[in-house]
Amino acid sequence: MSKAVAAEHDYIRLSEFPTMESTTLMSDKANINKNNEDGLNFKATELRLGLPGSDSPDRVVDTRFSTLKSSCPVSGAKRVFSDAINGSSKWVFSSTTTGDVGSGSGPVKDGKSTPFPKPAVPVSEKKSSATAPASKAQVVGWPPIRSFRKNTMATSQTHKQGGDCNNNNSETEEAKSGPEACLYVKVSMEGAPYLRKIDLKTYKSYVELSSALEKMFSCFTIGQFGSHGGYGRDGLNESRLTDLLRGSEYVVTYEDKDTDWMLVGDVPWEMFMGSCKRLRIMKSSEAIGLAPRVMEKCRSRN
Amino acid sequence: MGLPLPSKVLEHILSFIDSNEDRNSVSLVCKSWFDTERRTRKRVFVGNCYSVSPVTVSRRFPKMRSLTLKGKPHFADYNLVPDGWGGYAWPWIEVLAKKNPLLEEIRLKRMVITDECLEMIAASFKEFKALVLVSCEGFTTDGIAAIAATCRNLEVLELRECIVEDLGGDWLSYFPESLTSLVSLDFSCLDSEVKLSDLERLVSRSPNLKSLKLNRAVTLEGLESLLRRAPQLTDLGTGSFSAEFEPEMFSKLSKAFAECKQLKSLSGLWDVIPEYLPALYSVCPGLTSLNLSYATVRMPDLVGILRRCWKLQKLWVMDLIEDKGLQTVAMRCKDLRELRVFPSEPDLDDVSVALTEEGLVTVSRSCRKLESILYFCVQFTNAALVTISRYRPNIKCFRLCVIEPFAPDHITREPLDEGFRAIVEGCKDLRRLSVSGLLTDKAFEYIGKHAKKVRMLSIAFAGDSDLMLHHLLSGCEGLKKLEIRDCPFGDSALLEHAAKLETMRSLWMSSCFVSFGACKVLSQKLPKLNVEVIDEMYPPESRPENSPVERIYIYRTLAGPRLDMPEFVWTIHKNPEVGVSNLAIK
Repeated sequence: MSKAVAAEHDYIRLSEFPTMESTTLMSDKANINKNNEDGLNFKATELRLGLPGSDSPDRVVDTRFSTLKSSCPVSGAKRVFSDAINGSSKWVFSSTTTGDVGSGSGPVKDGKSTPFPKPAVPVSEKKSSATAPASKAQVVGWPPIRSFRKNTMATSQTHKQGGDCNNNNSETEEAKSGPEACLYVKVSMEGAPYLRKIDLKTYKSYVELSSALEKMFSCFTIGQFGSHGGYGRDGLNESRLTDLLRGSEYVVTYEDKDTDWMLVGDVPWEMFMGSCKRLRIMKSSEAIGLAPRVMEKCRSRN
Repeated sequence: MGLPLPSKVLEHILSFIDSNEDRNSVSLVCKSWFDTERRTRKRVFVGNCYSVSPVTVSRRFPKMRSLTLKGKPHFADYNLVPDGWGGYAWPWIEVLAKKNPLLEEIRLKRMVITDECLEMIAASFKEFKALVLVSCEGFTTDGIAAIAATCRNLEVLELRECIVEDLGGDWLSYFPESLTSLVSLDFSCLDSEVKLSDLERLVSRSPNLKSLKLNRAVTLEGLESLLRRAPQLTDLGTGSFSAEFEPEMFSKLSKAFAECKQLKSLSGLWDVIPEYLPALYSVCPGLTSLNLSYATVRMPDLVGILRRCWKLQKLWVMDLIEDKGLQTVAMRCKDLRELRVFPSEPDLDDVSVALTEEGLVTVSRSCRKLESILYFCVQFTNAALVTISRYRPNIKCFRLCVIEPFAPDHITREPLDEGFRAIVEGCKDLRRLSVSGLLTDKAFEYIGKHAKKVRMLSIAFAGDSDLMLHHLLSGCEGLKKLEIRDCPFGDSALLEHAAKLETMRSLWMSSCFVSFGACKVLSQKLPKLNVEVIDEMYPPESRPENSPVERIYIYRTLAGPRLDMPEFVWTIHKNPEVGVSNLAIK
């Protein structure tokens, strides 16, 4: 067996990379593989196919790539002749043995691990598949399967039939739409040919909301409903409301839990987020009628 | 000598020439031919959106009716290109909206397109007919709604494997009642449920509808109802093909499919339940294309379908088909031209997937017309590759992905050098090649020497040294696109063969050992190319000359360095004293 090992080593044939060796690549930016200091000890960050905690037999490592770890997403590649020594490991998603596949005459396969150095923060995976369980391969982009396919297959077990997404608190587990609960509300505007939808959770204040709406509907807006600099956090006072109505062409209103239409800005932001079901940008002339009701609500709350 | 050909006559002659390759040749003959050709070209293809500026294209082809653009490099499909790299549709749409308002068709691949962009398309091109987005991102269903609402003559709307921010299924309801021109609709990549009644009405009022690809949220019942309204379909992508088995539903479905006498292509079939598969039997004999790659059906349930598809030319399937299933294919699908076998996810950990190299060998032996292969497999052998090459010298596209990197021949433990040698020597018409498994520099010597017509080559985890790149760049006469990841070569071969890069469309390298200094030198040597260093770890100011860069993307361009680069992309300034200029402009 050792002969076979030696023969295989020939293929590695370490060649000269003079410029590489003298490189110091440590950087506080590199947030992977602190094992650089050890140089060769990859065990802690070994890429494993087995469940966490499973043992990995010792592997032959190709140290040629060790100096380059910190700058490459998949920091070099270790040549592993695990097949020769310990039987073939499977690079696939399964952590179990795959005896039936008939991987040839190699010795017993444990199929548990292949020590691949863990890649650096997979920054390119921002929109990739849902978090893979520990047993899955973690090299960026390998095997070469499109994200769409990966996502589709990953959710084939957990897939919920896409329900009616018109409700405001649509939650989704798929990477595409974001992992956390969103608060989508419809935004319609008088005269605009179609609705928009926004996620209220992405805004922290009326100011932000207002400028976002302004951007979204700027092609339709004649007035400057945002020019009042947003709506005060402390609630509405009468003078401000009348400023609003007199000064701009449009106002933003919302339908709250009680199916009342209110002017945006009269309650603290958090309360607004909790009660807003949808938004409508309407002409100020139409909104005048809302004012008394708004005042009434304010009074009844106080 | 004779009189020059009157341009009207030349125009008429050119109207018979569709192929852009031929038209490119025509334009090289002389100035007047160039001029006549450009004035008559209707379909324009730009393989790299950064290779030429939108203004140049718009000006050259004033009668353009269809534009196809490709953006990000191919490896972006596998998350190797960081978000924000580029590939924006906006600059193109902006120019075309002003200068080519008669544009009818836009086809984009791997580009970033926003809702604003889609709205601009809808608003600017009065005759707009076809929008095809493949692997694109950056937009929401609102943008789609804008297209649906505004394009009065829309015929084609296809979203293929796009990453869409899905804000709900309302977009479908924006197709006006007056729109009756639809020929093809593909919303298979969207998640949200659309209103079935809206879809039914849309289908009912679209007599020209030939291709309909539903998303997963459409149920079997929905499918049945739609099929009844569109028995003329030639191309169908089902929704979720699963439900509690009910004999009544089954017979309704079977009947509906039986009415679809023109169905040639079938896809979708998510979550398919084996009990419902026989509902498809009536259409199988007519199918030329079958995509089962999302159907988690195992053997032997697949056999019933496969053995009835005797006219099949294209088969996409998961490894769940196993060697056994491929035997059925080999026996029955004698007309097979293209086979793709994808790896399945481990839904069923306890069952092993018996797909080996034998499956592909079997099909190669029996299917005489097989010319395009994509095969994911855990193992392979040289012998299998040799056999395949002997039986199928007509292969044009060979993409083998041995899933474990560096996996040698599982019987002999040798590298797969000899196997791939047989492929490139035997398959003289090979246009596209992806290699995998354990490969030494020798493999690339063979490839360089014999793969004369290969235009696109993809390599990962292979080779030993600079020799590998040297072989490739000094050979491979027809090479246009080369993409390499995680291979241990350095600067020397790249610098030595820099001139070769001018004959290629693009070169992608990631996780190799090319130094920053080499990139600078290359960029000086090749003024007609953009040498992009894409590196998220190090800003160039702090990077030593000899440090390796994360990724390099080099491509031919007439447009100079691009102006929309994000922080992590640098083109090396021509003037080395000035150093690197970060030309990102908001």
